[in-house]
Amino acid sequence: MKKTAGLWVFVGLISLFLLPWYSVEKGLFSFNWLSTFTSLDHAPAATLALRHGHWWLIPPVLVFIAALAIILASNQNKLAKRLVWVGSIGLIWISVQAFLIKGQVGLGVGALVVLASSLYLLTTGLTGIRNVRGDAFINGMIGTIVALVAVFVFFPIAQVLSNAFELKTGGYGTSGFVSTFFSPRIWGLECLTGEGYCGPAVNSVFLAVMTGVGTTLLGLSFALIATRTGFRAKKLLRVLTVLPIITPPFVIGLALILLFGRAGVVTEWAEFLFGLEKSRWLYGFWGVYVAQLLSFTPIAFLIMIGVVEGVSPSMEEASLTMHANKWQTFIHVSLPLMRPGLANAFLLGFIESLADFGNPLVLGGNFGVLSTEIYFAIVGAVSDSGKAAVLGIALLFLTVSSFLIQRWWLGNKSYATVTGKGDSGQHSGLNNVLKWTCYSVSIPWAIFTAVVYSMIVFGSFVTLWGYDHSFTLQHYASAFSLDFTDGITWTGSAWDSYFSTLKIASIAAPLTALVGLSTAYLLVRQKFAGKNLFEFGTMLSFAIPGTVVGISYIVAFNVPPIELTGTGVILIIAFVFRNMPVGVRGGIAAMSQLDKSLDEASLTLGANSFTTIKRVILPLLGPAILAALIYSFVRAITSVSAVIFLVSARHNMATSFIVGRVENGEFGIAIAYSAVLIITMLLAILLLQLIVGSRKLRRKTRILNDYVPSQSQKKVVT
Amino acid sequence: MKKKISVSTALFGLAMFSQAAIAAGSLNVVCSAEQSWCDLMTTEFEKQTGIDVAMVRKSTGETLAQVRAESENPKTDIWWGGTGDPHLIAASEGLTQPSGVDTSDLLGWAVNMSNISEGRTVGIYAGALGIAYNSELIKEKNLEAPACWKDLTDVSYAGEIQVANPNSSGTAYTELATFVQLFGEEEAISLLTEIGKNVNQYTKSGSAPSKAAARGETSISIGFMHDMVKLASSGFPLEIVAPCEGTGYEVGAVSIIEGAKNLESAKKWVEFSLDPAVQSRSVEVKAFQVPSNSKATVAPESPGLSSIKLIDYDFATYGSSETRQRLLARWDTDVKNAEKN
Repeated sequence: MKKTAGLWVFVGLISLFLLPWYSVEKGLFSFNWLSTFTSLDHAPAATLALRHGHWWLIPPVLVFIAALAIILASNQNKLAKRLVWVGSIGLIWISVQAFLIKGQVGLGVGALVVLASSLYLLTTGLTGIRNVRGDAFINGMIGTIVALVAVFVFFPIAQVLSNAFELKTGGYGTSGFVSTFFSPRIWGLECLTGEGYCGPAVNSVFLAVMTGVGTTLLGLSFALIATRTGFRAKKLLRVLTVLPIITPPFVIGLALILLFGRAGVVTEWAEFLFGLEKSRWLYGFWGVYVAQLLSFTPIAFLIMIGVVEGVSPSMEEASLTMHANKWQTFIHVSLPLMRPGLANAFLLGFIESLADFGNPLVLGGNFGVLSTEIYFAIVGAVSDSGKAAVLGIALLFLTVSSFLIQRWWLGNKSYATVTGKGDSGQHSGLNNVLKWTCYSVSIPWAIFTAVVYSMIVFGSFVTLWGYDHSFTLQHYASAFSLDFTDGITWTGSAWDSYFSTLKIASIAAPLTALVGLSTAYLLVRQKFAGKNLFEFGTMLSFAIPGTVVGISYIVAFNVPPIELTGTGVILIIAFVFRNMPVGVRGGIAAMSQLDKSLDEASLTLGANSFTTIKRVILPLLGPAILAALIYSFVRAITSVSAVIFLVSARHNMATSFIVGRVENGEFGIAIAYSAVLIITMLLAILLLQLIVGSRKLRRKTRILNDYVPSQSQKKVVT
Repeated sequence: MKKKISVSTALFGLAMFSQAAIAAGSLNVVCSAEQSWCDLMTTEFEKQTGIDVAMVRKSTGETLAQVRAESENPKTDIWWGGTGDPHLIAASEGLTQPSGVDTSDLLGWAVNMSNISEGRTVGIYAGALGIAYNSELIKEKNLEAPACWKDLTDVSYAGEIQVANPNSSGTAYTELATFVQLFGEEEAISLLTEIGKNVNQYTKSGSAPSKAAARGETSISIGFMHDMVKLASSGFPLEIVAPCEGTGYEVGAVSIIEGAKNLESAKKWVEFSLDPAVQSRSVEVKAFQVPSNSKATVAPESPGLSSIKLIDYDFATYGSSETRQRLLARWDTDVKNAEKN
C-alpha cells in the first residue's frame, strides 16, 4: 500500500509543481506553455499560489506534502485512515474552490492529474480499511468510474432536470411540476376509446414494449440460426443484421417512405395488382415500429449471439440423456439459461426505442412520442425548457421502471455456464418446428432488410430519388471530389466532417469499451456499498434522450471549471458516456455466464485481480469487447440528437451534415454520404473483428447433427 | 496499477485534445440557411477578408436554444440566416447586440427588422408564404387546383393537404399569424379548423409538407414559396400558387451575438452579407429568396414580392411571445382538437 500511495503522491506533487493548472488556450500539444511557464495562464498550482496570489491553491499543495509525510511516518494501521482523510480533503477542496471562486478559467491538465491522484489516495486508503472489500486495483477502478459518472452523467443531467422544478413566478417548487407531470397531455388514454390521441408517454411505452419484444425475438431467432443450425449463408445473415446499426439516421425512414409511402414503389404495385387503395398507413405507429425493428434488431442479435453460444452443452446433453426431446431441452434448459441475454436484449430495445429520435421524426405523423416532444419543447416555436425537463423526467421514470422490472425478473439465480470444466462442445440442435419458425421469421426479415438497403444504394445514384431515376454520379462528386492538380486537395464538401467524425469515433470507441466493460466487471464480480445506485447511474445517460443530453452538456460544460464546448473532447465524452451502457449490458450478459470459480482459481494460484482480468476474463469476453467497440464506434458516427447541439464549426460531424441536407431536401447527397459511411463502418467492423478475434470456449464447436439417431447421443455421453 | 494509469492517460489525452476555438482574425458563424448557401458565404467571405471562418449549420430553433445555453460564455460570433422571429426573440432577450451597420440601401422590410430590434438584427432576405400542389396527383384525382386560401376548405381536398404544426415550426406560425392578420382572429381560427379537416398530417418541420407534395406523399402543401420554387426547379411536378386574398412573408436575418469574441470580424460579416454583389449570388445555390439590398439582382424564378399581394405583416405584434403563446394556445384547443373528432 505504501508503494501505491507513494506513487500517487509523487504524481500529484509533480503536477502541482510542473503542469499548468488551468487549461491552455492553444491546446496542451502546442507546448507554448513550456516557454511561458510562470505566466498566469500557464503556471502550475504552486507558482500560482506563491507568485500570483491564488491563495486557494495553497491547500492542495499542503495536502500532498502532508500525504508524503504520512506515508513516511505512519505505521500500517493508521496509514489507511489517514490516506482516506488526505484524499478526501484534496478532492473536496479542489472541486469546491473551482465552483466557488469566480474568475478562474477552466481546469487544465495539472488540476486533472491532482484530482486523480487525490482520488487514488482515497481509494488506496479505503483498501487498507478492514471493512472494505477488494484490492487497491478494484477500489481504484470503482473510484474512477464513480467520479466519471458523477461528473459526466449526474452533474449535467441534474442541471437540466432542475428546470422542471423552476416556477414560472421565479424560485423553485414542486407545484408546477406535479400539475404538468400528471397532466393528461402526457398520459392521456383517448386513443383507446377512439376519441383522439394518446399522450406521448403512453405512445412511447406502447411502442417501446412492442419494439423490445419484437427485437428480442428477432435477435434470438437470428442468433439461433447463426449458432445452432447448419444454415449456409450465415455470414451473409450476419452482415445483413449488422447493416441497420451502421446506418445513419433518417435513411431507413426515407427508404421506407419510398417503398411504402403513398407514392411508394410497393404501394404503387399493390394498387396496380390488387387494387389496394393508396394509403398513408406508414405515417404513425406502424411506420415507426417497422423502422425501429429494422434499426434495433441487430443490437439484440449481438447480445443474444454471445449468450446463445455461451450456454453450456453439458446442460443440454444432460437433458437429452435423460430422454428429454430437443423441444423440451430448449424450453426447460437452454431458454432459461439465456434469460440474462433475453432480459438485456429487451431492456436495450425498450430503452433505444424510448430514446429514438430520427425514426419518429420522419415517420411519426401524428403519433407523438416523448423524444420528439422533448426536442420540439426545446427548439420549437415556443421554447419551454421546463416542459422539456418534465417530459425528460417522464422518460426517465419509464426507463427506471423497466430497469427494476428486469432486475426482478432475473432474480438472484445463477446463469453461469462457462465453467472451465471440460465438455463435448456439442450444442443440441434445434427441433424442426423451432428451426423452421426461426427460418420463416428471419429469412424474410433478412430479405426485407436487403431490399431496404438496395433502395438506399439505388437512391445515391439517381438524379432525384423518388421522381427522376436517371443514373448519375453527381452526388458522390459533390461530396467527395478530389483535386489532383497540386498534390491532393480534398475539394468535396463532405471531407471535413468525414475526417473529424472518423477521428472522434476512433478515439471514443476504445474508451467506451474500457469504461463499459470495467463497469460490467465491477457490477458482476464485486460487491460494494451503493452498487444498485451505481448500476442505475451507468444506465442514466442512455435513458435520457440525446437532445436533453446535448443541451445539458452545453449548460454544464460551457463555463469553468469544466470548459469543453466548442472542442472535440465534449463530443468524445458525450459519446463515451452515452454509449457506455451498451458495453455495460453486453459485459454483464457475457460475464454472468463465466463461473466465478475461474476467477477464484486464478486468485488462489496467487494472481491479483488485474492479472485475473487480463489473463482469464478478458480472453473469454471477446464477443462482448467486440460488440462494445463496434457499437460505440458506430454510434459515434450515426448518432444525431445529442450531437446536434455539441458540434461546433471546427468539429462538425457527419450526421449533422446529413441532417442539414435532408432538411434541405437534398436526399441524393445525404444518401451518397450515408452509403460512404456505411462502407467505412463495415470496413472498420471487419478490421476490429480481425484484431479482437473470436474467443475459443471449447476445443471444437459443433452442432449436434439433425440426422444423428439416438445412439450418437449415448456416444457423446461416454 | 497499470489500468489506473491507463485511465488517467486517457484523461490526459482528452485534456490535450481540447483547445479553444479562438484565434486572431477568425470568426465563428452559425448558419441557419441551406448548407450550400452557408458554404458559399463562408468561402466568399474568407476570400474577400482573409478572416478564417469556422461555420456550422443549425436550424433556427437549435441555434436559439444553443445561444441561450451559451449566453454566459458565448462561443459564437455571428448568427446568419434563418427566419426572423427567433432572431427577434434573441434580440429581445438581449442575446444579440447592435451591429451599427448602414441600412440606407435596404428595402423597407429589412430596415423594419432593424428598427424593431433596435439594430440588433437586420433583414437579409424575404420569402412569401404560398400554396403548392402536385400537378400529377391533382390531375389523377380530378381535383381543381386551389387559387385562394379559402379554396383549401373544399371537402374534395379531404386528406390531401399537409401543413406544419405551428408549435414546432416557424413557417406554420407565420401562416397562423398571416391568417389572423388577413381575416381577423375569429374567422382565421374557424377557417383553419375547416382546412384542418382536410389536413392529413401536421408535420414538425416547416419545409416537410412541400417535400411531401413534391414526392406525391400529399397533393397540396402550405409553406414558403422559395422552398417550393427550389423543389420545382430540381424537377418535381410542383405548381406554386400565390393565394388570391394576399399572403404573409418571413424575413431572414443576421445578428451579432452579445459578448462575441471576434466583434470586429463579426461586423465585417454583417456588412458583407448586405453587400448587393454578395446577395445577388444566392441564386447560384438555388436560394430563391428576395435579397434585402435594393441594388441586388433578383433571380428570374424568384416569386417576386412585387407581383404578389403581400399583407403588411406586423412583426412587432406577432413576434412577441405574448401574442404567440395566446395564438398557439387557441390553435391547440380549437384547430388541433377539432381535427381529432
